[in-house]
Amino acid sequence: MKPSPFEYHAPRSIDAAVAVLAEVGHDGKVLAGGQSLIPILNMRLASPAHLVDINRVSGLDTVEVTAEHVRIGALVRHAQLEHHDGAYAAQPLLRQALLNVAHPVIRNRGTTVGSIAHADPSGEMPSVLVLTAGVVEATSVRGTREIPAAEFFLGPLESCLAEDEVATAVRFGRFSPGTGTAFQEIARRHGDYALAGMAAVVTVRDGVITEAGASFVSLTATPDILDLSAALAGATPEDADYAAAAALVRDHVDPDADIHASAEYRRMLAGAIAERLLPVAARRGIRQRSEQEATA
Amino acid sequence: MTTHPATGEALHTVSVVVNGGLRTAQVPARRLLSDFLRHDLGLTGTHVGCEHGVCGACTVLVDGAPMRSCLMFAVSAEGHEITTVEGLAARSGAAEGDLGPVQQAFIDSHGLQCGFCTPGFLTTVTAYLESNPDPTPDEAREAISGNLCRCTGYQNIVTAVCRAAELIEERGI
Ligand SMILES: Cc1cc2nc3c(=O)[nH]c(=O)nc-3n(C[C@H](O)[C@H](O)[C@H](O)COP(=O)(O)OP(=O)(O)OC[C@H]3O[C@@H](n4cnc5c(N)ncnc54)[C@H](O)[C@@H]3O)c2cc1C
Ligand code: FES
Ligand code: FES
Repeated sequence: MKPSPFEYHAPRSIDAAVAVLAEVGHDGKVLAGGQSLIPILNMRLASPAHLVDINRVSGLDTVEVTAEHVRIGALVRHAQLEHHDGAYAAQPLLRQALLNVAHPVIRNRGTTVGSIAHADPSGEMPSVLVLTAGVVEATSVRGTREIPAAEFFLGPLESCLAEDEVATAVRFGRFSPGTGTAFQEIARRHGDYALAGMAAVVTVRDGVITEAGASFVSLTATPDILDLSAALAGATPEDADYAAAAALVRDHVDPDADIHASAEYRRMLAGAIAERLLPVAARRGIRQRSEQEATA
Repeated sequence: MTTHPATGEALHTVSVVVNGGLRTAQVPARRLLSDFLRHDLGLTGTHVGCEHGVCGACTVLVDGAPMRSCLMFAVSAEGHEITTVEGLAARSGAAEGDLGPVQQAFIDSHGLQCGFCTPGFLTTVTAYLESNPDPTPDEAREAISGNLCRCTGYQNIVTAVCRAAELIEERGI
């Protein structure tokens, strides 16, 4: 099907973009990569009267790596971030997760900030933002604000962005030395939305796990962090009780059933992924620390 | 700004370089790039299967990178360079009337039956081989995982991707 008519705006600056959004109010929608919005328009699930295409706004396409974070502008495509070696070195979870976001062709156009603004519980990057204690930077005619990831997601497809706000960038946090990360999801076909997915982080100090946590894809209504330290801290990566951690994961997740899988099946997958993924993250933690020491 | 004579909808003048030539048409903002290519420019090689990004039949190259033309508006393509299946042979440097290496490989390997999905495979594979010139069959399968084909069962398409890599090497492209 085809979208219903709308008025098209192609501002060249953020100031111009937020001015239009302020004027049109509830009738306006931001268009970034369009890889989620245009299917919705084509199926006429939404028919906004105004589209504000931010693709011609300058200065939004940069990836910036600092000691504390990886900051990406609203026009950084998934593919650009995936291939950015500096971003991978600083926060490996980015590439590990991005490889699971749709297919390469979709990643050439879709933006990472757009997938966070879209707040899909089946999206990978909202979970990564939460697990890395990230921040969303938002601008409107009323000014700018920074929203911690933990407060950003209100429900499925619902964020706390106001209708006149543009998310101009997000910042993914970095982990302390000795922290290993891993990401895995299970989908019917690679590139499809996950039946169940998980991002894991494990910190190892002096050969012993000190902290562990995870966030989830298609398993919780909004992304949140499950602290797994109670099950894993104090043990070595070889001896840790990953089955106990997997039990915590199964208790925590609250998946919905749909035509692809029942809730019980997704819960079972969550436990299986946890048992597989946490040792991988722990081993990477050890390796990460020895590499740090080698270069220090 | 002009308006559509029947509907009164505002029309935008969109100029895009398609297969090396500048093309211009007046279209409403909601015109999908896929429909712009097919209806306004008459380039019906780009096929439309689903219009929600899933089937891959509509894939074209935008500044050399494969993208879904059904998930882009023509107005957003203004100023960009588009290559459709009609432009692949010329882009590969093939002589007028000859096929490009990826097209030839699909014929050699029987990589199509009805051909509906083929334009999307050809554009996707062309771009893929530019950054991965020597894929294994497993990598070739992964490369086409975003394109659906209802006829072939994919085996011959995987073979065609590997054959295309050989042809590109042989032709020294
Ligand atoms: C076939 C297919 C498979 C896919 N599979 C996956 C998958 O497995 N995992 C996954 O995570 N995603 C998947 N996607 C979606 C893809 O990742 C999108 O790129 C992403 O969800 C949205 O980014 P976008 O830039 O395309 O945003 P758009 O589609 O342009 O916008 C999406 C929504 O966010 C809003 N928005 C976008 N940017 C901003 C901004 N800067 N400020 C304020 N609001 C904004 C828009 O108004 C809109 O409501 C898939 C898409 C397709 C077509
Ligand atoms: S028509 Fe564009 S992906 Fe199916
Ligand atoms: S050849 Fe018929 S759909 Fe692929």
